[in-house]
Amino acid sequence: MTVVRVEQKVLNENQRIALDLRRRFAENNVVCLNLISSPGSGKTTLLEQTLAGFGPGEKVAVLTGDLQTENDARRLARYGFPVQQIVTGGVCHLDGKMIERHLEPWSLAEIDLLFIENVGNLVCPSSYDLGEEAKIVLLSVTEGEDKPLKYPSIFLKSSLLILTKVDLLPYVPFDIEAAKTNARQIHPGIEILEVSCTTGQGMDHWRAWLDARRAGVHVGRKM
Amino acid sequence: MHEVGIATSILEAGHRETERRPGAKLVGIGVRIGVLSGVDVEALRFAFECITAETDDGQVVLTTEKCPRMNRCEDCGQEFSSAELAPFSDAPCPRCSSTHTSFVSGDQLDIAFIEVEEP
Repeated sequence: MTVVRVEQKVLNENQRIALDLRRRFAENNVVCLNLISSPGSGKTTLLEQTLAGFGPGEKVAVLTGDLQTENDARRLARYGFPVQQIVTGGVCHLDGKMIERHLEPWSLAEIDLLFIENVGNLVCPSSYDLGEEAKIVLLSVTEGEDKPLKYPSIFLKSSLLILTKVDLLPYVPFDIEAAKTNARQIHPGIEILEVSCTTGQGMDHWRAWLDARRAGVHVGRKM
Repeated sequence: MHEVGIATSILEAGHRETERRPGAKLVGIGVRIGVLSGVDVEALRFAFECITAETDDGQVVLTTEKCPRMNRCEDCGQEFSSAELAPFSDAPCPRCSSTHTSFVSGDQLDIAFIEVEEP
């Protein structure tokens, strides 16, 4: 019996595709953001409110993933920007190949900002690099403030945590400071925003965050 | 939840590496799984058994090594694992008690080695 050292990533093939996507995004000055959360934390609603705030000339596009249905793409297409649904047919995450395939009909030169709405799941999407510039994790105040401790991987890998549905704070026993402490325990440098898509609270900070990201790319900062 | 996909990728990579050695037969694969990889080792082992059972790969042994979260103290430079204290969270430096620490590793999902029988 011979032991052969291999030393490679299990998801080598996905990583290769992700690196290629990242290179193409960089060449075309596309800021790509990968939104991840549990089902029902408000990814689609946040995207709806975000798209509603963009003027018609903005070069924004969305890829949205779900196990089944085109419902989210229909919701998001109302704002006039290019949207495609990725139906995974049961797969619990998006991978690089799915992104590559769904980008084919689009010209990246016509996109400045690409949102990827991942499948609602806090576990599996954290393992798959999609070539994004940043992962963004959403946590709604109707969930538990200990989620960062229970699902540490995604909080570690995300640049930004958006606490959603904060208008409900008076009605739910969610300790928002504890949630932030828990997130920072896992990832000391994580940025945190508080947002309500119902009242609009915090949406200005979210837009400012997006603007800063986009400005960063156009002066040539690239990862 | 995605362990079947991960197990399939592991097996494919094992075969890819085995094919570089003409006539060799794959008999074992060793993987390193970090506590922050998002992969559950027991679920992965179960998935691996399921996809290999009653196939030509039925005898392939999966060896898993769990890796703790490693941190570096930004004040004194000590590298330490936070596993004993709390498996996932940032722990203070055991040498100088500073909480000014950074993440080093713990999200591995790597194939370390394969075992093959050669003619």
